[in-house]
Amino acid sequence: MTLRIYIPCDAAAVSVGADEVADAIRTEISKRKLDATIVRNGTRGMLWLEPLVEIEEAGKRIGFGPIGIEDVPSLFETAAHPKALGDIAEIPYFKSQQRVTFARCGITDPLSVHDYEKLGGLAGLKKAIALTSADIVKMVTDSGLRGRGGAGFPTGIKWNTVAGTTAAQKYIVCNADEGDSGTFADRMLMEGDPFLLIEGMAIAGLAVGATKGFIYIRSEYPHAFAQMNRAIEIAYTKKILGANVLGSGKTFDLETRLGAGAYICGEETSLLESLEGRRGQVRAKPPLPALQGLFGKPTVINNVLSFAAVPTILAEGSAYYQEFGIGRSRGTMPIQLAGNIKQGGLIERAFGFSLKEIIEVYGGGTYTGRPVRAVQVGGPLGAYWPTHLFDTPFGYEEFAAKGGMIGHGGIVVFDDSVDLARQARFAMEFCAIESCGKCTPCRIGSTRGMETIDKIIKGEDVANNIELVRDLSEVMRDGSLCALGGLTPMPVLSALDHFPEDFTPAHQAAAE
Amino acid sequence: MSQLPRKPTQKTEAGAYDLELVREIAASMKGLDGPLIPILHALNDRFGYVDDTAIPVVANVLNLSRAEVHGVVSFYHDFRHEPAKRHVLKICRAEACQSMGAEKLFAEVAAALGDSAQVTLEPVYCLGNCALSPSAMIDGKLYGRVSKEKALAEVRK
Ligand SMILES: Cc1cc2nc3c(=O)[nH]c(=O)nc-3n(C[C@H](O)[C@H](O)[C@H](O)COP(=O)(O)O)c2cc1C
Ligand code: SF4
Ligand code: FES
Repeated sequence: MTLRIYIPCDAAAVSVGADEVADAIRTEISKRKLDATIVRNGTRGMLWLEPLVEIEEAGKRIGFGPIGIEDVPSLFETAAHPKALGDIAEIPYFKSQQRVTFARCGITDPLSVHDYEKLGGLAGLKKAIALTSADIVKMVTDSGLRGRGGAGFPTGIKWNTVAGTTAAQKYIVCNADEGDSGTFADRMLMEGDPFLLIEGMAIAGLAVGATKGFIYIRSEYPHAFAQMNRAIEIAYTKKILGANVLGSGKTFDLETRLGAGAYICGEETSLLESLEGRRGQVRAKPPLPALQGLFGKPTVINNVLSFAAVPTILAEGSAYYQEFGIGRSRGTMPIQLAGNIKQGGLIERAFGFSLKEIIEVYGGGTYTGRPVRAVQVGGPLGAYWPTHLFDTPFGYEEFAAKGGMIGHGGIVVFDDSVDLARQARFAMEFCAIESCGKCTPCRIGSTRGMETIDKIIKGEDVANNIELVRDLSEVMRDGSLCALGGLTPMPVLSALDHFPEDFTPAHQAAAE
Repeated sequence: MSQLPRKPTQKTEAGAYDLELVREIAASMKGLDGPLIPILHALNDRFGYVDDTAIPVVANVLNLSRAEVHGVVSFYHDFRHEPAKRHVLKICRAEACQSMGAEKLFAEVAAALGDSAQVTLEPVYCLGNCALSPSAMIDGKLYGRVSKEKALAEVRK
């Protein structure tokens, strides 16, 4: 029996040496003349264990991690390895998850259609081919799936609008701009299970009558871009894409496009402008992209994770998906636990868990070992949360009720050395750097906000300047065309509301 | 089908901007839907930056005004206006990396590099490696758990 050894090809694993480990293992295999093969799987998402090597033994995959090249020779000795983790599927961090979207990620060879189908891939697309367009849309609507890109708009309703239009050309666009700090689920999925995204987009094409799709991937993700291109090429050869999708007689073509380093291009209308070859300036709505989107044609635009949830919904039924979750937050959410955390990674669970559980049970506390003081949830436009709100159940409405948002599911942990006045300043600075320039409150207000917080940090006229920041925030919230200007006040005001002590002259003097 | 895979930044000598090649690249990609940004990426990759002299050539091939092309080049952070130095070191300074000391890392690396003739140091806002912060990208390769020593060793190799 050929020994199978798994070493992730995921960019995060590679960033801490997975390629070098793979090379060292290859050398060791030939040195020892072993009958062994290396599989570059995606990551399981237990990123603190990367590079995580798995060796298949008697149907089990035994994990070792984190592995450096110096640990490689001993992997092949009989004695117990100091970095052995046992059966990887039994590790509580992994086992306790509800992996629906990420069911295959980390397990299979991401570019093997054989692996993909063996573990349930293409069942959703096959089902969709047998259904009418209206039935597909109904299944997605009934599943309760809401957009995972941040705004949480019901996916089925969006698809229904596009399905209801008549046009010679319609488009499916995938938003893989993933610009939020603290998020990497889109990247992990594109690198670890790219056919799932392709399948989800092809189903969307069938559902609304679109024959062409684009995936807009940020340029900070060269690995994901290359992997998606390889997967698309393979999907064409296997007739998953092209003029006759799985023999259905239906066409679906798919191409990738690379972003060019602009956070605002994650906003859907700015993304469409960019795809068309223009400056990424936000369009006023209406018209909705669903009616007049890419090149003026009816367009479905969804996040990677939204599309990636769809094959399961088709294959297992909307009830299966809908049964996960709480309230109006149905299904599972891939949480990305990041920042100052001991055990960072991807955790997919049904909505309804608490931040406390994620940070303490999964995360194991901060990386630095100091107490947790704040977390920012939902990217740079999301709120800073104090520890006394960590019991809030994870859901769209539940988070909104506490002045926050779940966004794309990123959780960034900070220890007690964080200075929330500086974080608030950064929120304004980021808005100033990334503003598309179309509206004054966003373009000018953010710079003014940054200058005013600088004064607070210096202890100048603090009470009045705090009032000024609050006024500016209100103007930005009410007078911005899109959520970059409109939501930048969220991190700023949450910092002010929950951590007022950081905005006092005494605190700032102590921080000097 | 798919756009050309992106190569890590390649350097050419300043002034070696071959406008015939620009025309060739632009013409070969003209058939794409929304060809301008893919073309600019191709130029940026091939020459290391987008020279002003390329703008009228691209505009001509795509039947756009120079102002339109110029507007696009200047909007996006990726398109350089001059060649980068031998190494490009991008250090993430977004929130997750901040929580692990990225601001200090950036400042220390900047101080150590001074006005290095070899290294272009730039901030970047998230590399999608936020569970292994702080992160950096060096000549197109991603690094996690980066220290000042590690970053400097890589660019001095
Ligand atoms: C400033 C800004 C940045 C955004 N960035 C992203 C992004 O990187 N990825 C994403 O999917 N959605 C992003 N969005 C949300 C999109 O505008 C849009 O709601 C989303 O693509 C719709 O897909 P969904 O319904 O599947 O979430 C952003 C919005 C704003 C205002
Ligand atoms: S809020 Fe800012 S980013 Fe959004 S449209 Fe206005 S200027 Fe552009
Ligand atoms: S915040 Fe630095 S890699 Fe995401």
